[in-house]
Amino acid sequence: MLAMNYRGPYRVRADEKPMPQILHPEDAIIRVTRSCICGSDLHLYHGMVPDTRVGMTFGHEFCGIVEQVGPAIQNLKVGDHVLVPFNIACGKCHFCQQGLFGNCHESNAQATAVGGIYGYSHTAGGYDGGQAQYVRVPYADVGPTVIPDWMDPDDAVLLTDVVPTGYQAAEMGAIKPGDTVVVFGAGPVGLMAARSAWLFGAGRVIVIDCEEYRLEFARTFGPAEVYNFREIDDVVVFLKKQTDSLGADVCIDAVGGDASGNALQWFFGTKLKLEAGNAIALHWAINSVKKGGVVSMVGVYGPTGNMVPIGNVVNKGITIRANQASVKRLLPRLIEHIRAGHINPKAMITHRVPLADVADAYHIFAAKLDGCIKPVLLPNGA
Amino acid sequence: MAQALVDTSTIPGWGVDTDPKNNPTYPMRHIEDQKTRGLTWHRPPLQEPQVEVLQSIEHNRLPAVVGTSTPPSGLSGAIRRYAFRRSESDWWHWLLLMGADRINVVEGVIEDLAAGKVPNVPAEMGAKSEWQHNKNGFLLKAGATLAIGAVLVAIVQARREDRADEDEGETIAAEPAHVTARVDEPVLPADLATSQVVPLPGLDA
Repeated sequence: MLAMNYRGPYRVRADEKPMPQILHPEDAIIRVTRSCICGSDLHLYHGMVPDTRVGMTFGHEFCGIVEQVGPAIQNLKVGDHVLVPFNIACGKCHFCQQGLFGNCHESNAQATAVGGIYGYSHTAGGYDGGQAQYVRVPYADVGPTVIPDWMDPDDAVLLTDVVPTGYQAAEMGAIKPGDTVVVFGAGPVGLMAARSAWLFGAGRVIVIDCEEYRLEFARTFGPAEVYNFREIDDVVVFLKKQTDSLGADVCIDAVGGDASGNALQWFFGTKLKLEAGNAIALHWAINSVKKGGVVSMVGVYGPTGNMVPIGNVVNKGITIRANQASVKRLLPRLIEHIRAGHINPKAMITHRVPLADVADAYHIFAAKLDGCIKPVLLPNGA
Repeated sequence: MAQALVDTSTIPGWGVDTDPKNNPTYPMRHIEDQKTRGLTWHRPPLQEPQVEVLQSIEHNRLPAVVGTSTPPSGLSGAIRRYAFRRSESDWWHWLLLMGADRINVVEGVIEDLAAGKVPNVPAEMGAKSEWQHNKNGFLLKAGATLAIGAVLVAIVQARREDRADEDEGETIAAEPAHVTARVDEPVLPADLATSQVVPLPGLDA
């Protein structure tokens, strides 16, 4: 089968690889119909996540047709078209029982700090991902959800990560009616966080980024007030002025370690990799939120350390909430929102690319070329 | 720069998920079944790994399912095994893994070459799309790459020429010593040179 093949930082290609096999009674093999490149895949692509091995196949946002099931599978049958949450979750452990499907204790041998994630380095379990024609899906009775007949598969594939991650970012903000919410990052997750903030009753939503085309998209998709930080002397002072000097009620970091905006952080974090990426978005979030406010983090950082003003968290009495999205927990509500027309995820898809051109798809997305917001790979044709 | 506020009445679904009970501890404290505390849950069937799987020392048992992509191998694999002797809290654990990742890239190139495949690095880096969507950037990068390449070639060439000159100079400088040695060779030690031939007894003609 054809599959994406990581060869090193900034280098990927499509290669022939062996077909995946059932290795556990609760496995399924899925023939992938759509597979997105996620902003967090770029952390891998840039070599920022430890234990990212040459030869691995990335891809944690995918949907597809059930091709084969293990002997213990009861909820799926061959031929079902399913969307597959990016979390590999057993559904039984201490954490899954709390709805923390992103923190499963039975899916990642290499680390306890995160549950298993498809195609996201060995730090997230060492599973090959869905940027391939076929993929092995463990615990297939727990995660995969049959796509409703009325749902566009383009919406379905975005329910595997982007939509729930953006929604959970707003949820973790504990937004109260009328709150001012600042979202750092106008990528797909930031866009969904901005859109979701309204569902929780925000009174004002502000999006900060440096890419004009993304800000323009956010202005209508959010909708939101949008500001380019490259046109602002000091982001924190600007946001304080926007909020009567008090600061925002909720700040959301929807960027993670691949941020722009601070030369020192970029050099030590992004280039020298002495930090777990560039944490300027989190830095701004901590300093822009009001005293007693909430900083919600869904941006992905590596497992080492970052320079952030942690003292201000104490001095301002800030609550920081963060997690990998618990996709399975959120899916029923998000499916309702799509059906009701409250959200329209597929509007974010800008590029459809055959798997054979995966290297170009990564480059276009990473370098923000051609107005790219969300690329989708088509491993088995359109 | 100030922009108009968004009118919330125009937003479909505004406020439908407002939840006054949403507090910062949800869902972390959403524990209703105390039986799930500790490693007491009914485990799924256990996968038997057919490849080497490294395990965090913070786990006291292997999870029920494991990933089997790209098992550790070569020098990078040895470093990864060593890194996994340390906890996730130990900075060295991650730095060693990052180092192994970089070595693994070189191993990947060797693996390609051994399989008779020369990696097309520009294609793997998306050069085609760079050319299509960012010609100036492509030309800038290509120019910079060529310039750096030319400088490196010039440096290597200059060093080779310097070394060749040095070798030639060393040969010329070494010549007299060699000749001296040849001249010295037949010179007998002083004691032998001044010694007299002593006839052995009984050998007189």
